[in-house]
Amino acid sequence: MKRSLFAGAALLAVVILPAGANAQIKIGVINSYSGQFADTGAQIDNGIKLYMKQHGDTVAGKKIEIIRKDTGGPNPDVAKRLAQELIVRDKADILAGFTLTPEALGAASVSEEAKKLMVVMNAATSIVTTKSPYIVRVSLTLPQIADTLATWAVKKGGTKKAYTMVSDYGPGIDAEGAFQKAFKEAGGEIVGSVRMPVANPDFSAFVQRAKDLNPESIFVFIPGGAQPAALGKAFAERGIDPKKVKLLSTGEPVDETAIKSMGDLALDRISAWHYDFNHKSKMNSDFVKAFNAEYKRNPDFFAVGGYDGMHLIYEALKKTNGNADGDALIAAIKGMKWESPRGVIWIDPETRDVVQTVYIRRVQKVGNDIVNVEFDKIENVKDPVKAAMKK
Amino acid sequence: MLPPVFGVLFDGIAYGMLLFVLSVGLSVTLGLMNFVNLAHCAFAMLGGYLTATLVNDFNWSFFATLPLAFIAAATASIAFERVFYRRLYRAGDLDQVLLTIGIAFVSVAIAAYLFGTAQQPIQTPPLLRGAIDFLGLSLGKYRLFLIAIALVVTILLVVGIEYTRFGAQVRAAVDNQRMAGGLGINVERTFAVTFALGSGLAGLGGALAIEIVGLDPNFSFIYLVYVLIIVSVGGLGSIAGSLAAAILIGVSDIAGKYYFPELGAFLIYLVMVVILMWRPSGLFGRR
Amino acid sequence: MVPTDTISAPQLYLQSLSRWSATEIAFWLATLLPFFLFPNYLSLASQIAITALFALSLDLILGYAGVVSLGHAAFFGIGAYAAGLFSKFVWGEPISGLLVAALLAGLAGYATSFIICRFRHLTLIMLTLGLGLLAFEVANSAHWLTGGSDGLQGVRIWPLFGIFKFDLYGYTAYSYSLAVLFLFFLGMRRLVHSPFGLALRGIRENLVRMPAIGAASRAHIRKAYTIAAAVAGIAGALLTQTTESAALESISFQRSADVLVMLVLGGAGRLYGGLIGAIIFMIARDQFSGIAPQYWYFWIGILLIVVVMLLPNGILGGLSKIFARWSRK
Repeated sequence: MKRSLFAGAALLAVVILPAGANAQIKIGVINSYSGQFADTGAQIDNGIKLYMKQHGDTVAGKKIEIIRKDTGGPNPDVAKRLAQELIVRDKADILAGFTLTPEALGAASVSEEAKKLMVVMNAATSIVTTKSPYIVRVSLTLPQIADTLATWAVKKGGTKKAYTMVSDYGPGIDAEGAFQKAFKEAGGEIVGSVRMPVANPDFSAFVQRAKDLNPESIFVFIPGGAQPAALGKAFAERGIDPKKVKLLSTGEPVDETAIKSMGDLALDRISAWHYDFNHKSKMNSDFVKAFNAEYKRNPDFFAVGGYDGMHLIYEALKKTNGNADGDALIAAIKGMKWESPRGVIWIDPETRDVVQTVYIRRVQKVGNDIVNVEFDKIENVKDPVKAAMKK
Repeated sequence: MLPPVFGVLFDGIAYGMLLFVLSVGLSVTLGLMNFVNLAHCAFAMLGGYLTATLVNDFNWSFFATLPLAFIAAATASIAFERVFYRRLYRAGDLDQVLLTIGIAFVSVAIAAYLFGTAQQPIQTPPLLRGAIDFLGLSLGKYRLFLIAIALVVTILLVVGIEYTRFGAQVRAAVDNQRMAGGLGINVERTFAVTFALGSGLAGLGGALAIEIVGLDPNFSFIYLVYVLIIVSVGGLGSIAGSLAAAILIGVSDIAGKYYFPELGAFLIYLVMVVILMWRPSGLFGRR
Repeated sequence: MVPTDTISAPQLYLQSLSRWSATEIAFWLATLLPFFLFPNYLSLASQIAITALFALSLDLILGYAGVVSLGHAAFFGIGAYAAGLFSKFVWGEPISGLLVAALLAGLAGYATSFIICRFRHLTLIMLTLGLGLLAFEVANSAHWLTGGSDGLQGVRIWPLFGIFKFDLYGYTAYSYSLAVLFLFFLGMRRLVHSPFGLALRGIRENLVRMPAIGAASRAHIRKAYTIAAAVAGIAGALLTQTTESAALESISFQRSADVLVMLVLGGAGRLYGGLIGAIIFMIARDQFSGIAPQYWYFWIGILLIVVVMLLPNGILGGLSKIFARWSRK
C-alpha cells in the first residue's frame, strides 16, 4: 500500500513538474530495430536522423535528445515496458516511433496515464489513435489506401469484378475488409478471395486458384520484404499478365526492392499509395537527394513517416514555446498542416489521424529505370474506418 | 494438355529441391557426427550475401558466383570447425545448441552491419528468366534449373559416399569412430571435410534461394525451422531421405494450399507431426 | 511414528538436498534489492521474474526429465490468452485469472503429454516444435477471439487484492511476479527433491533402464509435462496481467527458443539455472539493446559463445565444476 502510494506520488511528480524546467526535451523512440522488421525500424530512424540533421537539434531553445529502444518485433509487452521505462527512468517527454501496431497498442495506455504525446510514425491499423487521447499519427491507415483504391478501381479503373489475395494477419484482414466493402459499395462484385499465411515462401498455389476463376482484376495485400517479389514472379510463372488482368495493390507489393527483383514482370501493375521516392515535387527531390547522400539508398514510406513525425514534433514545440506537456502539444498539433515530401498533409483535429493525398500509380519504364509513375490522385483522404464509426 | 494443378505440383517440387540443397548438409553433419549445428543457415546466408554482392556490385555472372558461394561457406565452416566446433564434439547437445545459436546471433548482427537490413534484390541472368511451355503447362526456367542442380548434387553425394575411398572412410568413421581411427583413418580430418562439404552446400543453397525467398539478415533463423523439418522428416544422415522429405514437404505444402487454402499455414507442420508420429526416425532414418 | 534410525539412505540423501543453503537464502534476499537499489528498473525486474518462472517450468521437463522442448511457449501463450480473455469476458481479478490460466495450460499440457511421452531425441524436439507452431497458427487464425497479430484488445486487470493498482513504476507488478515466482519455486524445489523428482532424473539419465526397476516412466513424464505446462501458463498469465496485453509473440517459436537458450545458459537441471539464465540474458539484452538497438544480437551471441567455451553445462554447471576443482586442491 505504502509502495503504491509512493509510486503514485512519484508519478504525480513526473507528470506535474513541467519538463520545461530543464533545457532539454527527450524523445523516446520505440521501434523494431532488430528481428524480422529491422529494416522498417532502420528506415524510420533514417528519416528521424535526416530531419534532425537538416533542422538542427534545438527547437524553441530546447535541445532535442533521442533515446532509442528496440522491441525486437510485434511485442506489446516489451513496448509497454520500454514506454514505462522511458518515462519513469529516462524522463522522456515525448514517445515516438512504433513500427508495428501491437507496439503502438502496448504503449498507448502508458501515454494516456502519463499524459505524454505519442507520435505514431508507422503502425497503420485504424484503431491505434483511439487508444489514447495523446496519440497522433503521421503515417497512414491501411483502409485509407485500400478503400480509396477500391472506389477508384470501379469508378475510373474500369473493373467491376475483383478477386482479393491478402496475408492472413491483422493488416491483411483490414485491407481485405476495406477493399471489399468499398468495392461493393461502388457497384463492383467480389468474385472470390483468399487469405495466405504470413510466413509463406511460395505463392504459386494461391495464384493458380485465382487464375482458375479468371477474374478481371486481382487486389493484393502482402507485407514488404521478400514476399512481394516472390508473388510477382508467381503471377508471371502462372501466366497472369498485368496487361490483361488488372493487378491492384497497396504500395508494399510494388516497392522499390520488389520492382528491382521482378524487373519487366512488374510492368503495368497498378497501386494506390501515399508516398514513393519518385513523387514529383521540388521538396521530394531535395529530400531524396539528401537521403541518398546520407544513407546511400532511397527513402520509402517508413522513412517519410519518421521525417514527418519529427517535423510535427518540432512545429508543435515551436507553437508551445518549448512546453512539452502532453495537453499543450496535442492542442498545438490538432489541425496542423504542412508540406511533406509526399505532398500536403494535415492532422484531423477530431481523430488526430493523418489526412493526405492517395496517389494511383502504374509501374512503367522511364528511361532505363522501372518505377511507379503517378497518373491519378485522390486528395484529402481521411481514415474511412473512423469516419464510419462516427456515423 | 495437362490440368493446371500439375504446374502447381511442379512448383512444389522445385521449392522442395531448394529446401533439399539447403538442408542436406545439416542432415549429414547431424546424422554422421551427431553435432547439432543451428548455425547451418548462417553459412547459407554467407553464400547468399556473397552472390548478391558479386552480382549487384561487381556485375559478375550469377552462374560464376555459385561455385564461389560453395567455396566461401565451406572455407568459413572449416575455420569455425577448427576454433569452436571441434571442442564440443563430445559435449552435450545443449552446449552445442547454445554455441551454434550464439554464432547464428552474431551472423545476423554482422550481416545487418555490413549489408544493411534491407532485402537484397537480385536479377538472375536472362537465360533463367521466364517460363517454358510444356504440354500446356508453364514451367519456370529458374525452377527447372533448381531441380537440375538438386539432381546433380544428389548424384555427386551418393556416388561420393558410396563409391569413393573418402566416402568409405566417412561411413567407417560414422559406424565406429574408434575402430576407424584404429585402422589408420584420420577421423578428425574426415569429419572436418564432411562438415565443410555440408556447409558448402548450404552456401550454394543460400545463393540459389535469393531468387525464390529473398535474402536479409534474418535468413539465419527464418529457414532454420524448414531445414530442421526436412532433416527430421527425412531421417538423420540420409541423403535419399532428405530428398524424399524435401519433395514430400514441398508438394504437400503447395498442393494443400491449392485445394485447402484455409489450412495453408498449418500444412507443413501437420505433415511433419503426422510423419514423425508414424515414423519417429524419419522416412529413411536408421536409428 | 518412524524412529529416526530406520530412515533409509535415499531419504537421508533427499533430505540433505532439500536443506536450504546460505547461498540460496542470499539469492532470494537479493531479489528484493531492486526495490531499493533500482526502483527505476522494476518493470524490467518484473518481466525477468516472469521469464524466470517460465524457464523454471522448462527446467522441470528439460533439466529433470530430459524432455527438450522447442514449443514450450505454446503453454505460455495459452496462459497469456486465457488470463487476457478471462479479464475481458468474466472479471479482472488477477489471482483467479492465474488459476484459470494454469488450468487451461495444464489441460493442454496433459492432452499433448500423451504424444510427448512416447518419443525422445530429435523426434521429440521436432514434435514439440511442430505442436508449438501449430498452436501459433491456431491463435493467428482465431482472429475473432485473439485479435490476431494486432494483439488482444480490452484486457483490464483489477488492482491486486482490490488495493494495489498496477502502476507505471512497476512496484505492484514486480511484487506480484516475484511472489508468484517464489511460491512456485518452493513448490518446484519440493517436487524435484521428492522421490518423484529422483525418478525424473533417472528417466533423463537412462530411459530404457527405468522401467526395468519398476518405474512408470511414461506416467512420470506425463505428470511432469502437465505440471510444467501449468506453470508456464501461469508465467504467461502474469505477463498478460502485468502489461495488460497479450499478443501472438507470447506463443511464438522465438519465445520457445529464447527460454531454452536462457535455461541452457544458466545451466539446466539445477532449479536456479533458469533463474540465473533469465536474469543474465534479459539484463544483457536490455543493456546491449540500449547501447546498440540494431546490433545487440552481436553481443548476446558473443556472450553465449564465451559461456559455452569457458563454462560448459551453463553458468551454474561450469561454476560448480570450477568450484569443485578449486576446493579439492
